[in-house]
Amino acid sequence: MSDLDIVKEFLIESNENLDRLDRNLVELEKHPADREILADIFRTIHTIKGTSGFLAFPKLEAVAHGGENLLARLRDGELRLNPEITTALLALVDAVRQMLETIGANGSDGNNDYPELIARLKILQEGSAAPAPTMERPAPAPAPAPAPPPPADTCQKFQPTPDRLGALLVAQKRITAEELARALQDQEKGNKRPLGEILVGHGALTTEELQESLKILNESRSTPTEDATIRVRVAQLDRLMNLVGELVLARNRIQQWVGSKSDSGLVSTSQRLNLITTELQEGVMKTRLQPIGNIWSKFPRTVRDVALGCGKQVRIEMEGRETELDKTIIEAIKDPLTHLVRNAVDHGIEPPEVRQAAGKPSEGCLRLRAFHEGGQVNIEITDDGAGLNLEKIRDNALQRELISAEQASRLSERELCNLIFLPGLSTAEKVTNVSGRGVGMDVVRTNIEKIGGMVDIQSKSGQGTTVRMKIPLTLAIIPALIVTSAGERYAIPQVSLLELVGLDRDQARTGIETIHKAPVYRLRGRLLPLVCLNRELEVGARAANAATSSAVSADQSCLLDFAKARYMHEQWLDRLRQVLDGSATMTVEQAGSPTQCGLGKWLYESGLKDYSNIPEIHQVEAAHKCFHELVRGVVALKAKRDGAGAEHAYTELGQASGKVLDLLRAVEAKVLSCQNVNIVVLQADGREFGLVVDEVNDTEEIVVKPLGKHLKDISVYAGATIMGDGKVALILDVLGIAQRAHILAEGREPSRAETEPAAAASAENKQKLVLFAGRAGARMAVPLDLLARLENIPGSQVERSGNQWVTQYRGQILPLIRVTHALEERRQMPSEQDDALPLPTSAMLQVLVLENQQRSFGLVVNQILDIVESALETQSPPTRPGVLYSAVIAERVTEILDVPAILNAGEIRPPAAAHRAGS
Amino acid sequence: MTHTGQFCTFYLDHLLFGVESLKIQEVVPYRPLRPVPLAPAAVSGLMNLRGQVVVALELRRQLDLPERPAHMTPVCLVLRASEGSVCLLADEVGDVVQVADDTFEPAPQTLPPRLRSMIRGVHKLEHQLMHVLDTDRTCEVQAASEERSEP
Repeated sequence: MSDLDIVKEFLIESNENLDRLDRNLVELEKHPADREILADIFRTIHTIKGTSGFLAFPKLEAVAHGGENLLARLRDGELRLNPEITTALLALVDAVRQMLETIGANGSDGNNDYPELIARLKILQEGSAAPAPTMERPAPAPAPAPAPPPPADTCQKFQPTPDRLGALLVAQKRITAEELARALQDQEKGNKRPLGEILVGHGALTTEELQESLKILNESRSTPTEDATIRVRVAQLDRLMNLVGELVLARNRIQQWVGSKSDSGLVSTSQRLNLITTELQEGVMKTRLQPIGNIWSKFPRTVRDVALGCGKQVRIEMEGRETELDKTIIEAIKDPLTHLVRNAVDHGIEPPEVRQAAGKPSEGCLRLRAFHEGGQVNIEITDDGAGLNLEKIRDNALQRELISAEQASRLSERELCNLIFLPGLSTAEKVTNVSGRGVGMDVVRTNIEKIGGMVDIQSKSGQGTTVRMKIPLTLAIIPALIVTSAGERYAIPQVSLLELVGLDRDQARTGIETIHKAPVYRLRGRLLPLVCLNRELEVGARAANAATSSAVSADQSCLLDFAKARYMHEQWLDRLRQVLDGSATMTVEQAGSPTQCGLGKWLYESGLKDYSNIPEIHQVEAAHKCFHELVRGVVALKAKRDGAGAEHAYTELGQASGKVLDLLRAVEAKVLSCQNVNIVVLQADGREFGLVVDEVNDTEEIVVKPLGKHLKDISVYAGATIMGDGKVALILDVLGIAQRAHILAEGREPSRAETEPAAAASAENKQKLVLFAGRAGARMAVPLDLLARLENIPGSQVERSGNQWVTQYRGQILPLIRVTHALEERRQMPSEQDDALPLPTSAMLQVLVLENQQRSFGLVVNQILDIVESALETQSPPTRPGVLYSAVIAERVTEILDVPAILNAGEIRPPAAAHRAGS
Repeated sequence: MTHTGQFCTFYLDHLLFGVESLKIQEVVPYRPLRPVPLAPAAVSGLMNLRGQVVVALELRRQLDLPERPAHMTPVCLVLRASEGSVCLLADEVGDVVQVADDTFEPAPQTLPPRLRSMIRGVHKLEHQLMHVLDTDRTCEVQAASEERSEP
């Protein structure tokens, strides 16, 4: 190991130790009597001093030495820890940290001797009560809670936990030194039994006492667990991660290939490979995870400094510091978290006088909590301060014209809280060096959203504020929606995905409207701006997306008469037949070129070219050309009066013609599907927009690969990934697309979530419901969590099974229950409930596929209206069986259905009994 | 800067080019590339190189040479660049040649400045001039112009 390596090791180790020092010192301030902590601090400083002396960093050594002397006196109980000493020691940590940085940068410990710091340490060490000379930090104005008087045992000379049983027992005063000496003598005389047993034999202590002491001894011996971990370079982990990513891709390809084979050995091996790869992937991912405590460990110091600076008393509590997150994410949330913590102390928690006046303990409490939930990590930062001043936020937002007066009057408490994430808003009365500049909270939100997280704030006046964050575990492998645009696949990270809307040709023509030229879609009554991916990426043909130019394509789809095209083509055979039979004549010139005949004109001039990204179009053109060659051949042979040759050539035409017709049909299907509009509803920076893509494929877990420097500047891509077939797909950056499409303009208007009255209800007792129309426009709803899917089932696919409608759905028989019947049958038997249940008359049934107790069934409704989130405050008892209760939703009385009851009624009752029961 | 050493040569529009062979990671056969919309013109697309996503640059476009005829399949020279690998598309791979300083001449002033930054000079080989490419400069492309008109 070279000198440089030693220095590097020293720097890494010392930096880690310094972080622990910060933590320990703050801890020590709370428990000044804790000798373990004191010993730990002493050891750390001592190590730094020793190593720096050895590596010839005299200045660092001098500073550490000063600290060590002071600590030695503290350790020996000759001095008592007070805030002044803690501050000096923290200043020492800062100085050491700075010097280490200098060493890291230029290899020497710099020019600063820190004479003031050394002098101050010396003064403190001598126990002089002289006031601390002004240092880097202004002396704290009011000293925080005076350190409690030390318990008696701190005044004793400090001893580490003895590592021999005898010494421990004496220290615990379980036995006297004489008893120990006697037992030891016994051992020397040849008593082979262990010391403890000898002592028990002497009657000096009981077996229980011995067991207890042995346990303490074992714990103290096993504390240093250095062997359990090793240091691994991050680059090495990254490399492993890459390799595992590759392995996952190789596995995917093998699986695709094996899928088509029937070799059982191969299949089982590939399954094993699959399993191992998945486990390996998880394992490697875990190596990159770090406990969140790593960044939290700095917070006690931060809180202490900020609290001292503004004369407050704040205690910090942490829960779940072992919660693990990916290294990159840990780094990304470090600054936002620090900002929130500082904010909470500076703004949130009140000064002690105010707190006492409000009947709260003078010491404020800041709570950090982290826990896993649903594949994400939740982080909460709670203070028990005054809470947000909503009035002030409202006024401030109005004053800065961040919201309109009309909006301001409608905003709920929670929405008002979330206004503080708007840029430029600050409620601090005075700007301090910590916060109040009006930047910060918006940066917090931007940074959290950048890594796919969410942040929310809640506040109760006088009780405190809670900031909640939801953070993904890792950025390396993310779930994504795969879409196709202009024949290429793109991945959209699922965190920004809200929903998918599919419109067929007719729905698209009516549903998509334009404001001036900007296309919008009415999504449940709200206008959703549409962005066409092809257009943003400048790929594909103009009309390949009906959405953005619906007017144009609507005309064109009329022009694209495929039946006519086929007819024009089929005519050829008849005409040639006539030519061959001699009833008509045709010259080679008349047979013409492929661009001049009817189909040719249609192919090249009807606007089909606008769909040129459909590969079949080129195939059909080629087939058409080939067909024409054959036609010319037939005509030429006929002209040469080679009747037999012409007849033979004519028979070949049939095949070529069939190929053309087949391809035309394929093109037609593709063109029609192109006119379907797929809208991917996305959210970026609090705004919603619809991204129109050619095709929605699937969701997949993708391995994110960075794009090289050549493509980094293109804001619409977040990276690339390799799909199961080995091809590269680009990952879209939703924020970048929104910016490119000018969805995110300068003037912010809050999204639906922030403005709609439905969201105004408090989050706690809200329930999501599917709203639909029953008979005669009556409104009904079922809880959304029971809903598996919404389906349109053609009436022709409904079959009868007993007295029930059923349909074949995803390989299963799905019972269909008509909501009108389910509710009314028991009230009054409808007369049409005949033995022969009529099949549905409507062409398309709207069906809610519900799942209850692992059974699926379809609820046939008249019309699906909306999905709402409602607080269900106004409730009234049920009016009829099958209904849980009635509530007012969206200003209409709505019946909330009792799904299990309907299900039981619909299934258990045999048809005949039902009939009797009714009559 | 010395111009001595081993050069890996390749052809572009019948011109002979050379890069220091140490810079070449490997030469792989052409495979279909994933086009990148909105990318600079010189970026042909992305390639899956054993699980790594590598950018492929069209050298002809980068060096202002005429487009490659459709029937010609390019080869991929994978370079070790400062930030990961970069793939350069060339017409055909030539020999590895050993050259000395005495055959080197810097690029003439008549060359447009953009090309002069990429072509360090030429080695006068027996039958042909070998253009010496500055790989770092060659791998630089103009920032993606977001305003590029529709193709």
